[in-house]
Order: sequence, then C-alpha cells, then structure tokens
Amino acid sequence: MPAVTELNVNGTRRTLNADSDRPLLSVLRDDLDLTGTKFGCGEGQCGACTVLVDGVPIRSCLTPVGAIGPQKITTIEGLEKDGRLHPLQEAFLEAGAMQCAYCTSGMIMSGSALLAKNPHPTDEEIIGFMDGNICRCGTYPRILAAIKRAATAIQGGAK
Amino acid sequence: MKTTAPESDPLFPEQYELHAAPAYRFAAMPGRLDRRAFIKKLGGGLVVLSFAGRVWAQGESGAPAAPAGQRRGGAGARGGRGGSQPQNLDAWVHIGADGTVTFFTGKTEVGQNIRTSLTQAVAEELAAPLASIRMMMADTDLTPFDQGTFGSLTTPQMAPVLRRAAATAREALLDLAATQLAVDRTTLTAADGKIMHAASSRSLGFGELTRGQQLVRTIAADTPLKPASAWKIAGTSVPKVDGRDFVTGRHRYASDIVRPDMVFGRVLRPAAYSATLASLDASAAEAMPGVKVVHDGEFVGVTAPTSFAATQALAALRAEWKTTPQISERELFTQLRGGAPAPEAGLTTAGDGSLTLQQTYTVAYIAHAPLEPRAAVAEWLDGKLTVWTGTQRPFGVRDELVQAFGLTPDRVRVIVPDTGSGYGGKHTGQAAIEAAKLAQAAGKPVKFVWTREDEFTWAYFRPAGVIDVASGVRADGTLTAWGFDNYNSGNAGIAGPYVIPGKREQFHQTHSPLPQGSYRSLAAAANHFARETHIDELARALKLDPLEFRRKNCADERLHAVVDAAATAFGWGAAKPAGHGHGVAVGIDKGGYVATFAEVAVDPASGRVTVLRAVQGFDCGAVVNPEHLKNQNEGAMVQGLGAALFEAIHFENGRIRNPHFASYRVPRFGDTPKVEVILMDRKDLPSAGAGETGIVGIAPAVGNAICDATGVRLRALPLVPNGLKG
Repeated sequence: MPAVTELNVNGTRRTLNADSDRPLLSVLRDDLDLTGTKFGCGEGQCGACTVLVDGVPIRSCLTPVGAIGPQKITTIEGLEKDGRLHPLQEAFLEAGAMQCAYCTSGMIMSGSALLAKNPHPTDEEIIGFMDGNICRCGTYPRILAAIKRAATAIQGGAK
Repeated sequence: MKTTAPESDPLFPEQYELHAAPAYRFAAMPGRLDRRAFIKKLGGGLVVLSFAGRVWAQGESGAPAAPAGQRRGGAGARGGRGGSQPQNLDAWVHIGADGTVTFFTGKTEVGQNIRTSLTQAVAEELAAPLASIRMMMADTDLTPFDQGTFGSLTTPQMAPVLRRAAATAREALLDLAATQLAVDRTTLTAADGKIMHAASSRSLGFGELTRGQQLVRTIAADTPLKPASAWKIAGTSVPKVDGRDFVTGRHRYASDIVRPDMVFGRVLRPAAYSATLASLDASAAEAMPGVKVVHDGEFVGVTAPTSFAATQALAALRAEWKTTPQISERELFTQLRGGAPAPEAGLTTAGDGSLTLQQTYTVAYIAHAPLEPRAAVAEWLDGKLTVWTGTQRPFGVRDELVQAFGLTPDRVRVIVPDTGSGYGGKHTGQAAIEAAKLAQAAGKPVKFVWTREDEFTWAYFRPAGVIDVASGVRADGTLTAWGFDNYNSGNAGIAGPYVIPGKREQFHQTHSPLPQGSYRSLAAAANHFARETHIDELARALKLDPLEFRRKNCADERLHAVVDAAATAFGWGAAKPAGHGHGVAVGIDKGGYVATFAEVAVDPASGRVTVLRAVQGFDCGAVVNPEHLKNQNEGAMVQGLGAALFEAIHFENGRIRNPHFASYRVPRFGDTPKVEVILMDRKDLPSAGAGETGIVGIAPAVGNAICDATGVRLRALPLVPNGLKG
C-alpha cells in the first residue's frame, strides 16, 4: 500500500507515514492529533468531520488521505489567526449557537466555506448549503443567526 | 397481559437501562491500591465539605477549623466506616492560596450548559468573578458521589448544594477577614473575590485570606442564600463559560483523549439481538500486523495501531451466530398489549349533547443518536483502571466496571469530559467496559469509539408505546371521565393538568422486543402526545376552541399564565392562509410548565407537511440563564420535531433495518421552523430543571395543527414519515 508522507495542514507542512487508503479524518485525528475535527458517523451523513481542501468543504471520514496530494487542508484548528478568532467563530459565541458543541467544528467549517464563496447568503442559501450538517441538539436557528451575524461582521470589516 | 417487570423505580419504571444486567462480567483482576486521601491532595487554603450522603439534610454549622495535623484523622474518624469506603467526605469547594476557586460536582455536562449555570450560581453566592471559578465535574476520584445527570435535577438539587457550599465559604472568609483586619464582621462585605472594609478602604483577596493555612468548614444548612430577586450574576445570560474551547476545536471529548502508546479497538457485534457465537475464525485478523484479537465468552474484539486497521481486522473475523426468531415491527403493538384486543375506537353522542370518546395512540421506538457516539479510552496502570468516557452516570459506570472486572471501587476511576450530548441515552457503561476489556488484553491504553451502526443498534431506545384513552365530556365542555392506559412507554407525565372527577391513569409494563430505556423527558413526551391529541379531538367534536377547552378544564394558575403569554405571542385565533393549521399542546412535568403552539402548512398536491413556526411558553421558576434556557427550549422543540414527524426505528427479527443517518432521518436545517420561546421568570419561585420538559409539547401541537389544516387526525408517532399521503 503506498504511503502518504506529507500533508499541507493549516499552512504547515506536516510529515507523516500513513497508508493512502486511510480516511483523512483518521489521519488528522490519530496521526497529527488534530482532534477538533470529529467523527460523527463515518458515512458522510452528518458533517461533523468537515474540513476544507483548497477552500472546498469535504467529508474527511470518506476521503482517503491519498486523494489529497499537495492541496491545502484547513481544519477548525487553523481558523484562528494570531490569536484572533474567525468572524464565524466569534459569531457562534455571540449567538450561543451550540449546546454540546460536538457538531460545532463541522458547522463552522461548512459555514466559513459558504461565506468565503457567498458573502451575503440568503436564509435559503444558508439552509441549502448547511443541510448536510446535523446538530442533534437542534440549535439550527442559532447557527443560522450566527452565519448571518458573521456575514454582517465580515462585510463591516471589509469596508 | 405478559408482564416481565424487572426490579425498577416505582415512579419511573421506564428507566429500564438502570436495572439491566451488566453487558459483560469478566474474571476478577488481582491488584491493590490504597484509598486516596483526596482532601490531603488539595493542599492549603479553604475546603468546604460534607459527610458523604448527608448533604441533603445538613445540620452542622460553623465547625471550627481543625489544625492541619489533626484534620485528616479527625475528618476520617467523623466520617466513620474505618476508611473502607473510597470517599467518606465530600469536598464541594476549595479556595487555594492563589485565589483559584474549584467547585466539585459529580454532574456531567452534555450540552445542557450546567457548567455555566452552576458556575453562575456559585459565583453569585461566593461573590467571586466567574473567571476565577473552575467547575470540576464528573471524575469519580475527585468529585462527590452522584447518582447521575438525569431527571432535570441539576438545577433543583445540585445547584442548592453548591450554592450552600459557596455561601459557607463566603461566611468563613468574612470570619477570617474580621480577624485579620481586626474589625467588626458586620462592617465587611464580600464582592468580586475580595472581602472589603469600606471604612478603611482595605480589602483582602480570597487567596490572601487562606494563604498558609489549611482550613476546613462543613456545609451549614442555615447559611443564608441570596434570593433570586437579589441575583447579579445568576439570572443573566452569561455565555457558555468555556465556549472558546469549542469553537476552536480545543476541547477534548472522551473520543479525543490520547494516552501514551494507545491503540484502537473495535468490537464484533452479533448478527441479531440475543444471538450467540457459534464459531469464530480469527486467523486472518491475527495475521495482520499489530492486530490483537480478544475473545472471552461472547466478547470478541480487536485492537490495532490505527482505527482504520482495527476496522479492517474486524472485517477479517469470520464468525457464525446462532440466532432465535424474534418479534418484528408489524407485530409490535399487539405484542405490547400482551395479545389483548384493542378497545373499539369511536365517538358517541348522547341526547344531552355529552360525548364519550375512545381512541388509541401509538409511539414508535426512536434513537437518541447523540452526535458523539459512545466512546471510551481505557488505561490500566499499576492495577488501577482509568476510563475516560462520555456518560451521564460516571459513578454508575464505575460500578459497572467494578462488577465486570471484579475490582474494588478505589481501583476504578471514571472521568467524563464534557460530552457530545446524551438525551438520556448515555446512562450505561458498555463502551467503557469494552474499552477496558480490550486494554486489559492489549496491555496498552485503548480508544474505542462506537460506529454509528453500533450506536443505532447496541444502545437502547426510547420505548415504543400504545396508549388507550377513554373520556367523557359534557356539551358545555366540562370533562367528566378519563381513563388512560399506557402500555410500555412509561409513567412520566402520565397525570395531566386537567381537573376530572374519578380520573384514572395507569402504566402497564410489558415485554419489549428491543432494548429500551430513558430518553429526554422519559415517557412524558408519549403521554403528552396521547393526552393533548385526545383533548384536541374532544374540543373539535364539541366545536369548541381547543385553547378555551383546555383553559376551562385546567385550574393551575402557573399553566394559565404560560398559556396566555405564549398564545398572545403566537397570535392564537388570528386568520391564516388556506392549507395552514394552528395547533396547541400544554403540560406540566418535572417542575416545568409548558405551552407549545405550532403552525403548519400542508401542500394538498404532494401531502408535504411543513412546520412553519413554533412558539413555546415556559415557566421553571427563577431563571438562572435566560439565553441558555431559551436555547434548551428551542433545541427541545427541534429535536422533538424529529419524533413528531419522521423518526422511527425499523426492525425485523432481531435486526435494526435503519441503523444509519441515511435511513434514520433526524431533523436538519431544512426541517427547522422559526422558533420563539417566551420565558416566565418567576423570581419568587425556586428554579426547576429545564432540559427535558421543553420537548413534550411539540408533537401534539404539530399533530393538532395538521388536523386544523386538513381535518385529518393522526394518532401515531411519527405523524407523517412519508408526508400526509404516505
């Protein structure tokens, strides 16, 4: 089995030795100790394992690490820059958009990808984009509010 | 009727999982470890404690501080039991010389945000900044015994104990300051982590006051607590105290714990419930590098260097199972009745306009489906077993481990990191036992995270149920008769808020084909569904406004106030577009008063039902954290919408047919209505718990709204798994 020996994660080159068939989720969590990305189902159905690959949200539980190559991986640990939270992380705190928070990493990764692509999403666009992410505690209304709040904050910051 | 009643709580027998036989029992391990002198470990400063198990009825007050040299022996002697118990003293709060304040509770944080609400409550009593307080939770070596985090009991039962401990500490600090400053105690005030003497502008920090000392106080039952009307920190919307750890991914759930030299486990599941292992060929798995196969009786598992390798090793096992025929879904409700025929349903009108109505309501088995599956990391070190696991019952899981491995309690430690939800589903320790068994065999720490299929199959379900309701009502809308028979789902919330002479409610325990147990609100959701649907049927039959009908037959003033506030916010009675319906449901459970209103739209062509909005009024006494209480109520409605509309476990002959999120539908963004929560903040009343009762109203409110929109009465949960035409 060919091995993956290098990954670009959160702006850093990481060396490792992982079978290319292994899910990216397992490699991130078990080999690189980036446990902010969660295992929720292993079936691509819940979104808890969402990370960005070249800015595109993917389900890391179903993505073989061998498929990544030189693409840039961003995990929840990589959103904070120089001690400053991403506007969506701030917005989750302000909106209280979590209970057990096990879905939060995946929600923030999906939501940040949406905002990067579409800085002014409508409610329908947010719901459509985020529908693959499950929050079993049912905080969807607050997550929706957080994404809108972050959109406003990003807009304000850009002025 | 067949009744195979296990020994259980007479009040809430539906907590079946608490009385189930342990999942495994293995041979005893040799080993010895002395009882830990926990209080000694705390070091200097001030500690407030109680004698184990006596905290609910404390009479002692103001025990003098024991000199350091005598403290341990003195305390131990007073605690009795000669040291054979792992803990005979419960330490509730410690204030260190550096001013750090640590509170200790055996409760677990599973998303209900009690880490925040308890911190608020103690900060209020202690007069200390929120940021100075650490809440040590759910560690069986460090925190006082606790029966478990369920029943919405943290706020009404645990918070008062911690508040009293905080108040005891505050009073002790005032005593110390009076001595150190040589002033009259009544001239001192406690605020912001300091004791202040205004007249001389002097102040001493809590840490300074205790520096160089070892002070012990016993919780005093007569210590004054601040009334809710005087709260400054409690009663406000403090954000989740460690929220930043969650939005950055820094928090480590049990499934994120890493131990040195750790390997990964998987457990082989039987082909069906009650199946027994006929044969096992593990040769292919054992040939894989780094793989160990563990086989002890019915237990078969593997460990491997990565989770992927463990999954591959498990797939390489060749097992044959002996299965037995079992009840399938289509026979369920007949089975739950014990084979007796259902009473004949129907509405009868007498000459005077009075009615009698007999109807049957059913609820399906549903799964908790917590997003963090059951998970445990187990480590054996020097004869002591430590397990990090997500559970609502750390001490219960410790006891299960004690039994499974034949250990003494002091050689088992269970640590529960803040957990990825539970909803009543994480009361048992099977994952912990499985991880411990694998770790014992591997001779290394083992992480074992259940797969989603494990979670959907090998946990336990919210009980299915059949509920027969027979009622009578006069033409003027006065209820005159009520008979309510619940088969299998449980007792919680079985007694409704209505005043009906001679009313009768009875729970019948039966034999369940699937493993079942606690679920958020226990049977209150099922009982409210049946009762509030039936009440709605009576109102419609009499052509009375469903809300007025409820008001007329209910005398409880708190419930009336909640109903009125929510009805106004919802706009009950307002005009609505064609195809839309309004529904209401009310209830009282676990100290909470709830009124839920829903608006649905039904598309006549497709039969698609959309819940557009829900408004919920809630009264649980004095509110500790308004935003978090709203969050709980919103989430309860959204979660409850799954059980209302489409969630159901499908099963056939001992096998679950839909053990995946692709086939077991849970609410998603697109299913979520606009939700609004109206809180009645009753500062004159003690705070009740609030994690559960918010879920009981949504299913009947939605069902009643569907009937309002279409005239179609639905009496089974889920209501519309395939739309109204399905």
